[in-house]
Amino acid sequence: MLGKDLLGLYDTSAEDILSILDTAVGMKKLLTQNLKKLPHLQGRTVTTLFYENSTRTRCSFELAAKYLGAGTVNVSASSSSVQKGETLIDTGYTLDAMKNDVIVIRHPMGGAPHLLAKHVRASVINAGDGMNEHPTQALLDFYTMREKFGGFQGLKVAILGDIKHSRVAKSNVFGLKKLGAEVCLFAPGTLMPQGVERLGAKVARSREEALAGANVVMGLRIQLERMHGGLFPSLAEYSQYYGVGEDFLRFADKDCIVMHPGPVNRGVEFTSDVIDAPNSKITEQVLNGVAVRMALLFLLIKNRQGGEKNE
Amino acid sequence: MNRLLVRGGTVVFSDHCTVCDILIEDGKIVQIAHCIEAEGATVLDASGLHVFPGLIDMHVHLREPGFEYKEDIASGSAAAVRGGFTQVCCMPNTQPVCDNAAVVGYIVARAKEVGLCKVRPIGAITVGEAGERLAEIGKMKQAGAVAISDDGKPVSDARMMRLAMEYASDFAMLCLSHCEDRSLADGGVVNEGYNSTLAGLKGIPRAAEEIMIAREILLAETLGKHVHICHVSTRGGVQLLREAKARGVAVTAETCPHYFTLTDDLILSYDANTKVNPPLREAADVAAIREGLRDGTIDCIVTDHAPHHRDEKMVEYNLAAFGISGLETSFSLSYTALVRAGILTLNELVEKMSANPARILGLEGGSLQEGMCADLMLADLDAEYKIDSKTFVSRGKNTPFNGRFVYGKVKYTIVDGQIKFCDEKN
Repeated sequence: MLGKDLLGLYDTSAEDILSILDTAVGMKKLLTQNLKKLPHLQGRTVTTLFYENSTRTRCSFELAAKYLGAGTVNVSASSSSVQKGETLIDTGYTLDAMKNDVIVIRHPMGGAPHLLAKHVRASVINAGDGMNEHPTQALLDFYTMREKFGGFQGLKVAILGDIKHSRVAKSNVFGLKKLGAEVCLFAPGTLMPQGVERLGAKVARSREEALAGANVVMGLRIQLERMHGGLFPSLAEYSQYYGVGEDFLRFADKDCIVMHPGPVNRGVEFTSDVIDAPNSKITEQVLNGVAVRMALLFLLIKNRQGGEKNE
Repeated sequence: MNRLLVRGGTVVFSDHCTVCDILIEDGKIVQIAHCIEAEGATVLDASGLHVFPGLIDMHVHLREPGFEYKEDIASGSAAAVRGGFTQVCCMPNTQPVCDNAAVVGYIVARAKEVGLCKVRPIGAITVGEAGERLAEIGKMKQAGAVAISDDGKPVSDARMMRLAMEYASDFAMLCLSHCEDRSLADGGVVNEGYNSTLAGLKGIPRAAEEIMIAREILLAETLGKHVHICHVSTRGGVQLLREAKARGVAVTAETCPHYFTLTDDLILSYDANTKVNPPLREAADVAAIREGLRDGTIDCIVTDHAPHHRDEKMVEYNLAAFGISGLETSFSLSYTALVRAGILTLNELVEKMSANPARILGLEGGSLQEGMCADLMLADLDAEYKIDSKTFVSRGKNTPFNGRFVYGKVKYTIVDGQIKFCDEKN
């Protein structure tokens, strides 16, 4: 059963993943009916604690909490006592003392949510920690895949881009392997981490190989700072040898979908014709993100209520 | 006359162990024999205990001057004698850096005042450990420094290292090299491999260490000088050293207990007490380090005792300080993991933890012989206990070994004939 926190999919069971996705189905139904003032989490508080800039993830969590009737507070590193040198643990104690039910944390360093979770009573949700995990992004990706294909058994997922620094890729690999899908990764050698084969992913040597028969084609954002760090020479070269345009998409399954966690660099990871094609789920992913986060908040807080009664 | 008779212990010599007595007068071993009669001498009953030469740790950080909140010479010396060490060599990355005779002199004087173990300062290779110009190696030696190192801040410039080896040898001062190519390490915090990918923490490739080990070996070989490699942690490093020694290069090397007992599986907890530089590696590296100790490729076991304040470990893994507080666990860990596991004999363990460091740095002690300084350590090898950092006398409680069961409890530490540590439960 889902515990107090959601820190990563590495230690989340397939059963828990599916239960979140199942709950999200109902949430999405409510959303599409434009029912956005639900009573499920009335009297509960969700705080987003972001040490990195983010628009979509933070907004998605905040709206998910609000739609379910929870109160929300946003704390960002740039405008908080973090600037005054407060440690993460002390920030956690402070937020805990204010009786938060859930802390959603994004942090540039791997393991920060785990450290926080050890020191607070509130439930901690990892909204992205360094190069480690971004479990809710992967969950919304899974939701999107399941909506299209009905399940994961034998599903072929190609992930292309900066695998090395991508917490999205990691969470996807951890979860998809548990769900029975095949994952194939493709990246420049400088952007591929060590030991991914041991995680159960296949490493492709070419775009053709990565895309061959793929049901899902997922691109990952290339950050300009990687280019400045010398990991690849230019965006033009990247898009020519590692990007995906319609010409390469034909190697994938005819019925494939295109996904991207955003924000997209048009013409780098994908060409605009791929991004805007009818089989692109990039905008749908955003809607699914709200539904999945509603489901997760609902389930975690429901767990807490059970636990609190026993205290 | 101050006389101490250590009676009935099993004395560990360089090639055998035998039950006998040791008579100490005025800080010197005067007689080693069976059934010594010494009227008026204080008798220390060592029956059931093993008597070792005092352990010598040629790589510790005592943090004074400058970082007394982490450790100082008094607390570090207390930790040393509790761990069975009679002599420790402290690295120069203090504040100010120990790169001149005045700081060396301060440490020597402060250690004498504390009066627990012998503290031998290691001077910096370059001024401020900045890697740009040589520190006053001759003057530091005169003030009491026993070697030079820019530990913690490797000498990046190969020419500078060459000059250091050449110049220091005029003063019979050995360069101890912390091998780390900073550009390859590139801000990493753990070993690069499967576990760094799993944890999403930035990796330090083995090559960052091995490239500089290779450089030091080639420099020593080219110049005909002796170089000592600090805290070897990789299988490739062991192999480079083995090959260099086979072709006669004057190179010696050390490793630490955590490199032959722990793997980087531990980092998955994000517990910053597992953060150390060089990082914990994989099982194959641990096996190679053990083999290197067994076949003599690695000469010494040191602690790289790196005490830190708890606040420096109670943070995000990336932000935490590197280092393990090791003086109080080194003997038990080494005895348990190496001797009880059949990798080293007790005599070989003494070689790694006392005789070889003494020989490499030209220090007194290192063996039990009549006429030598009476630096001894007595341990109960069958005593099993649980490591508990709360009992550490070091200010640094940062250890990944908390809760581990080990054998070999240090019972007495004797420095120049004086009992400086006695396990309370006696």
